[in-house]
Formats: sequence, C-alpha cells, structure tokens
Amino acid sequence: MDFDWSVIAKNKAVLWDGMKLSLQLFGIALAGGIVFGTLLAMARLSRFKVLSIPATGFVNLIRSIPFIMAIFWFYFLTPVLMQKLTGQQGEAVGPFTSAIVAFIMVESAYYSEIIRAGIQSIPRGQPWAAYALGMNYWQAMGTVVLPQAFRNMLPIMLTQAVILFQDTSLVYVVGLKDFLGAASKAGQLSGRIVELYIFVAFVYFVICFGASWGVKKLNERISIVR
Amino acid sequence: MDWKVFLEQAPSGGMTYLGWLASGTMWTLLVSIFAWVIAFSLGSVLGVVRTTPLKIPRAIATAYVEVFRNIPLLVQMFLWYFVMPELVPERLGNWLKQDLPNLVDLPFAQFSMWEFTAAVLCLGLYTASRVAEQVRAGIMSLPRGQTNAGLAMGYTLPQVYRYVLLPMAYRLIIPPMTSEFLTIFKNSSTALTIGVIELTAQSRQISEYTFKTFEAFTAATLIYIVITLTVIYSMRWLEGRLAVPGYISQAGGGH
Repeated sequence: MDFDWSVIAKNKAVLWDGMKLSLQLFGIALAGGIVFGTLLAMARLSRFKVLSIPATGFVNLIRSIPFIMAIFWFYFLTPVLMQKLTGQQGEAVGPFTSAIVAFIMVESAYYSEIIRAGIQSIPRGQPWAAYALGMNYWQAMGTVVLPQAFRNMLPIMLTQAVILFQDTSLVYVVGLKDFLGAASKAGQLSGRIVELYIFVAFVYFVICFGASWGVKKLNERISIVR
Repeated sequence: MDWKVFLEQAPSGGMTYLGWLASGTMWTLLVSIFAWVIAFSLGSVLGVVRTTPLKIPRAIATAYVEVFRNIPLLVQMFLWYFVMPELVPERLGNWLKQDLPNLVDLPFAQFSMWEFTAAVLCLGLYTASRVAEQVRAGIMSLPRGQTNAGLAMGYTLPQVYRYVLLPMAYRLIIPPMTSEFLTIFKNSSTALTIGVIELTAQSRQISEYTFKTFEAFTAATLIYIVITLTVIYSMRWLEGRLAVPGYISQAGGGH
C-alpha cells in the first residue's frame, strides 16, 4: 500500500489534545495512586484489623480483575456514589472524572504493594527507635520510615510509572479521546488508520523507551552510592 | 438486586444470560491459553538467547524485548488487527480479512476467527517479552559455577543448558511465571477492543441488555477471582512437588 504521512501533520492539533489528555490522566493517576497507595499500604500493615482487612481485600480484589473490568466498575459506580455523597439527583459526572477515579483506585492498589514492600524493607528497629524518642505513629512514619522507604522504592515506582503511562491508553474503552483515542478518531475520519496507528506506536515507544532507559541509568547511579 | 436475571433468555445465541457468561469465560480462557503457548515458547527461546554468548541473536532478542515492552498493549492490539493486514502482501492481507474469518465457525461466538487470531497473536507476542525477562532472570540467578562445572565435565554449551541450567531455572521461576500467566489472563480483556466477546465484554453486554450492571459486573468479577485463585493454588502445589530439596526452601518463598 502507499502511505500518506501528511495525515499526521493535518491532525496535529487533535493528536496534541489527545496527548495532553493522556498526560493529564497520567499525572493525576500517578499522584493519586502514590498518595492513596501509601495510605493503603499503611492500613494493610496496621495492627488494627478494621483497617488491615478491608485494605487487603481491596488490593487483592483490584489486582485479580482486568484493568478494563476495573474501569467499567468505577465508570458505573462513580456517578452512583457521587449522587449518594452529594445527595443531588441527576448531577452529571463526566467520563473524565469517572476515568480519573478508576485510574487512581487501580493505581493505588498497584502502588500500595510496592510501597508495602518498601516499608517492610526498613528494619523494625527504626520505628521502635523513633517511638523511643517520643515520636508518635505519624511522626515516625513521616520522618523516619517513609523517606527511607521511598528512596529504596524509587526505581520500581518509576518503572510502574512507565507502565501506568502505557495503561492510560485503556481509557479508549470508555470513549475518551486520549492520544490513542484521538488517533483512532482521526484515522476513521481520514481513512488513514494505518499511518496514524504506526505513528501512535512510534511515539509511545520513544517516550517509554526513553523513560525506561532513564530509570535504568538512575538505578545504576543510586546503586553505586549505596 | 436481582440475580434471577441470569436465568432469563438472552436475545441471541439461544441461551440464557448465564450461558453468555459461560461463553465469555470460555473465550477468555481460550485466548489466554493459546496466547500463553506462544508467550511461553517464544519467551523461553528469547530469554535463553539473552544469556548465551552469541552476539547477534542476543542483540535481536534484546531489541524484541524493548520494542514489545515499550508500546502499550492496546496499541499493539490495533497494530495486529488493523495495520498488519495492510502491510503484508495484498493476497495475504485479503486472506486474513476475508477468508480466515470464515475458515472455522467459532462456537458460541459473535466474532470471527480473525479477531481471535489477532488477539492471540498480540497477547502471545507481547507476553513473550515479559516471559523472556523472567527466564533470563531465572538463569542469571544461578551461580556461575554451575555453568563452569558443566563445561568442565565435558558438556557442550547446549548440554549445559539442557541438563544443568534450565531444569533449575524453570523450577525457580514458577512463581513469576504464574503471575505472568495471570497477567495474560487479565490482559485478555483488551481483546474486547477488536471485537472478541470475552468475559469482560460479555458482562458489559449483559448490563446493556438488562440494565442489571451491578449483577453482571459482580458475576464476571467473581469468575475472574475464582480462576485466579485456582491458578495460584495449583501452581503452589506444583511448586511444592517440583522443589529441589535444600535449594528452594518452601513453596512461594523463592530461594
């Protein structure tokens, strides 16, 4: 077949808007996933069963169903729950909000496993020493355990971030126009789906390969320091 | 909540909605198992090659892993389904799009052989890159002395792999391989984007027809959990059976 690569230049604006949505989703899901993931990991390691049992159940549940299934779940549940919370009827929750909730929830489950391993890599004696100095739980966690844990976890967390960036393409299933969704739409309109999908694959590859390479280099530097 | 909805007659396929769920489960498992065969065999070859001293094959295997790992699975799905038939010679492309779909009449399916093939190929080749990394890590985790001892005994390098390294490495990587299979099992839901009506798609379809979204999603979620747990426990049992005494301390404990 003969290619017509000019279709990419013609759809520059649409593709860029799609990429912006992908990056937005990535940024919010990453931040939310790490914050909630940390709280979930702390709940899982808590000695209070009311915290550890639901947290463990949630993490295992999310990790045993497909990402797309989880997106469908939160896409369905978010408007229902929002209505219950705000008490307002017919309050429309946009697809973007639902997608963000879904991504934060799923990523927090994945991140909590990484963070839990990070917290457990810190010797028990450290929080005990912190308590002995008169710190409370939040002070010991916030100033002694977590800073060290995050440093140990950094390479794995960054690798997971690259995976998360790839996973944002899954919002395609609820019809959001992320980078892939925008290319798909432009491809259908112009009849040049082949060029657009090859372009999308190439862009994702360059970004993710570059990022993975950067993570590897960082990893090597950190391991020399230790 | 109305769980009796699953006993109602579904609008197509001549079965109840429960039948739709069963058909979805079957296609999820078929896609996963066929893709796993590709992933496991190709991944093993690539992983082994990456540990050998052969320069060019090693570079090819490394390039393969990097390419397949750094493109989102969904994009790869579209590349196989939409793009590949346009890039191959026209006759093969037409065969893929026109003749392959009618080659076999798939049972209980609302899609054709071509969707199924593309999904299996995509998932298999994608997961091969992940399996390759696990196989490589398993071989690299063995002490170098094992290779040297094998060579000193007069084994050739292929024999060292066949009789010394691989029997150990494959036992060690049973836990990560189990999670790779579960990854393929979960990732098989991306096949719904190219029209394969597997479990996730089927549950969404049931919710669209009956408006019983909660029930439909719960049923699919439970099926995913039951299969996941079955796989985990059978692999733990297998790992215990195959453990090398004194080397792998306990099931699930690694080394």
